[in-house]
Amino acid sequence: MVNRIGATPLLALDGIRKSFGATHALRGVSLNVQAGEIHALIGVNGAGKSTLMHILAGAETADAGTVLINGTPFRAANPLEARRAGIAMIYQELSLAGHLSVAENIVLGCEPARCGLLKAKTVAARANEALALMGHSDIDIHAPVHLQGIAQRQVIEIARALSSGCRILVLDEPTSSLSVNDIRKLFDLLKKLQTAGIAIIYISHVLEEIKTISGGYTVLRDGQVAGSGATEKVSTDELITMMSGKSAELLFPHGQRRPGEVLLHCKNVSGHPLPRNVSLELRRGEILGLAGVVGAGRTELMRILMGLDKPAAGTITVAGQHGWKPAGKRLSQGMGLLSEDRKNEGLALKLTLADNMTMSRLSRCGRYGTVQPRRQYNAAVQLIGRLDIRTTGPAQKVQALSGGNQQKVAIGRLLFHDCDILLLDEPTRGVDVHSKQQIYRLIDALATGKNDGKPRAVLLAGSYLPELLGMCDRIAVMHRGKLGQAKPAEQWTEHELLRATAGAQSTVTKTRDNDETTEESS
Amino acid sequence: MNKPYFNFRLMLKNSALGPFLGLIGIYLLFAFIAPASFRSSANLQTMARQSVIVGMAAIGMTLVIISGGIDLSVGSTIALTTVIIAALLQNRQWHPAAAALGGVLAGGLTGFITGTLITRLRMAPFIVTLGMMLIIRGAAKGLAGEQKIDAPMSALNNLLATRPGWSWPAGVWMLLGLALLMSLVLRYTVFGRHVVAVGSNPETARLCGIRVALVRVGVYTLCGIFTGMAGLMQFSRLTVGDPTVAMGRELDVIAAVVIGGGSLTGGEGSIFGSLAGAMIMTVISSGCRQIGMANWIQEIVTGGIIILAVGLDRLRHRK
Repeated sequence: MVNRIGATPLLALDGIRKSFGATHALRGVSLNVQAGEIHALIGVNGAGKSTLMHILAGAETADAGTVLINGTPFRAANPLEARRAGIAMIYQELSLAGHLSVAENIVLGCEPARCGLLKAKTVAARANEALALMGHSDIDIHAPVHLQGIAQRQVIEIARALSSGCRILVLDEPTSSLSVNDIRKLFDLLKKLQTAGIAIIYISHVLEEIKTISGGYTVLRDGQVAGSGATEKVSTDELITMMSGKSAELLFPHGQRRPGEVLLHCKNVSGHPLPRNVSLELRRGEILGLAGVVGAGRTELMRILMGLDKPAAGTITVAGQHGWKPAGKRLSQGMGLLSEDRKNEGLALKLTLADNMTMSRLSRCGRYGTVQPRRQYNAAVQLIGRLDIRTTGPAQKVQALSGGNQQKVAIGRLLFHDCDILLLDEPTRGVDVHSKQQIYRLIDALATGKNDGKPRAVLLAGSYLPELLGMCDRIAVMHRGKLGQAKPAEQWTEHELLRATAGAQSTVTKTRDNDETTEESS
Repeated sequence: MNKPYFNFRLMLKNSALGPFLGLIGIYLLFAFIAPASFRSSANLQTMARQSVIVGMAAIGMTLVIISGGIDLSVGSTIALTTVIIAALLQNRQWHPAAAALGGVLAGGLTGFITGTLITRLRMAPFIVTLGMMLIIRGAAKGLAGEQKIDAPMSALNNLLATRPGWSWPAGVWMLLGLALLMSLVLRYTVFGRHVVAVGSNPETARLCGIRVALVRVGVYTLCGIFTGMAGLMQFSRLTVGDPTVAMGRELDVIAAVVIGGGSLTGGEGSIFGSLAGAMIMTVISSGCRQIGMANWIQEIVTGGIIILAVGLDRLRHRK
């Protein structure tokens, strides 16, 4: 069963390419994993890790390149085929049927039965066997899955993968919501699986973990392999250098900024459970960067500031008014949020550009509670010109636009609302290079106030570090819900930022977050 | 390794015990305030008999709701079944048992069509069954020539009657037997567990190789068959085929399932819970009638019970 190193790799990806429209997510990526190897896949957000794994799992199809399993070409058309070929993905959002028992989840889809009648004893035996193999006999196999903790669920999902004959196991950020104790248990488990000859691909942002657990590594950057080899022969710093590299394509406009009065002030703000004890100060005429990996708590902080979620503790002061206020009040105070989730949250996709851009302040389009479509239309025409949106006109539905143009519509709403305080969450996610450049220029113009002589305050959250370094006046790093000290952008290097966002040098902190994180590849 | 197969705490948490406690509570309440006639065994039997039609359909509806669907065509299917049974008895001179089987299978066929439409066209069950509700009602009226079809008296008319030697009507026994059978199917067969898996998380079910569409078609077909059984009971009570009977009955059936712990988002529900739900509604209407409460109060009380039952269920789940 155990395939010795040196023989054909159990999994070989070769020259994988994938584009989404104008964005090249993968540009010829190769990756080899031996049976019984734990292979780390590393890269910043948007480097292409998720896309690569989606291709392996059959959720996406590659434009070019080959996948070999044990030397045989393989192309999964859907997740089920990949599973049948022995590839199992364990995503951050675990995929279990919560109403079924632990044992039933483990045998789901391949239940032992005679004439359609479940063999209860065989089900129990197989579930016990799978759990015992993993050293988790403590889990009650008859209890429903929704009563299990997150660490147990992860174990159950791995058990299901094993009992369905999986040979290649992909773990996507498996420790992001585990406590230290559970992380240790998970690592013990992975080592057991390793000796059983399973090939494991381990995706993580936490470099310390990678050094502990993995035998080989592959670093992805901008859709290409930036380095690979044996983990013991590489230092954390070298890994960070490979991850960051240089990105010369984009120019970051940085006009003359004159920070003025404090518009937004928050002290010791905590959420449920993120963020933790965050304090910050945002002035008119500056861009404050909020760096952090997906799931660090940036979005949660912004939602609290905007009044979408209530904080568990802390004080917030906006434009001299104290206390947490709901979103309607925040909007009238001149605060606006650009959501990271454009499609579900940021835009009403089935409505027109004109409706979307005027939605937050319809009072500008009519009097006494009326809305004049003509005024909406005119406002939209003006914004379309200013933002250079490629559209057939204000009456077009937003869902027909490309990602970059949709994002411009979302920004257009903030402009129409005439916001003073802009909370921008991943403003260039899923946006093509050309539109990115335009969005950067626009953000800079808002902060300097060069178009209308009125500088705005901008809080810019992102995981793409060159963007933050290029655009911001000050940057603070968020890691597992905690916000570090904001320092002038010149005092940061990309290397240091990456180190801080990955939580390097700090030991793994004991946390039990419930991150709802999805990484988008662009 | 050796874990007890029965875990009492979990059984409490997952069983239909809540609705049964509710049923007992409401029964005792009326037993206390209503006249003695309410407590008579004859009245108990009457209430059981009255619950049979809704209860039969609720068995099928429980399966549909557990699988994450809904079926609004139940009332129409009951009417169609009574019409078909009457027509087979009257016009074709079929043996009563064959006519009953024909009616039940016709119900199954409508369920099969509904399930196929939902899975093939990938349409929302609410919409498809809303359409089927009108189509089946129309078909029943057309088949019956827009009037009641008389049928000769037969053994079918005794299904809900008390017969000497049988302390309870045959229909009640059939209901309990079928409910027990389907509870076991749901718990101990691959199909049953797949129904729960599909309702709990359809994506996971697909990933695990479950043929989700097939499961759904099966569930709707079964629902049609049980609705056909409900139609048979309805015919037994009416003694004629009536295309306008059971208007809006689907809402009673859905209410019974929901009171019994079914979740409209799928994954949850219990067949005996749904029977308890059906009984709760009968006890309320019978009790209210006997203490001389107006019809409108009964309706308000029943509505309140539905909301209360689901509210309690939410509270229970929050822990």
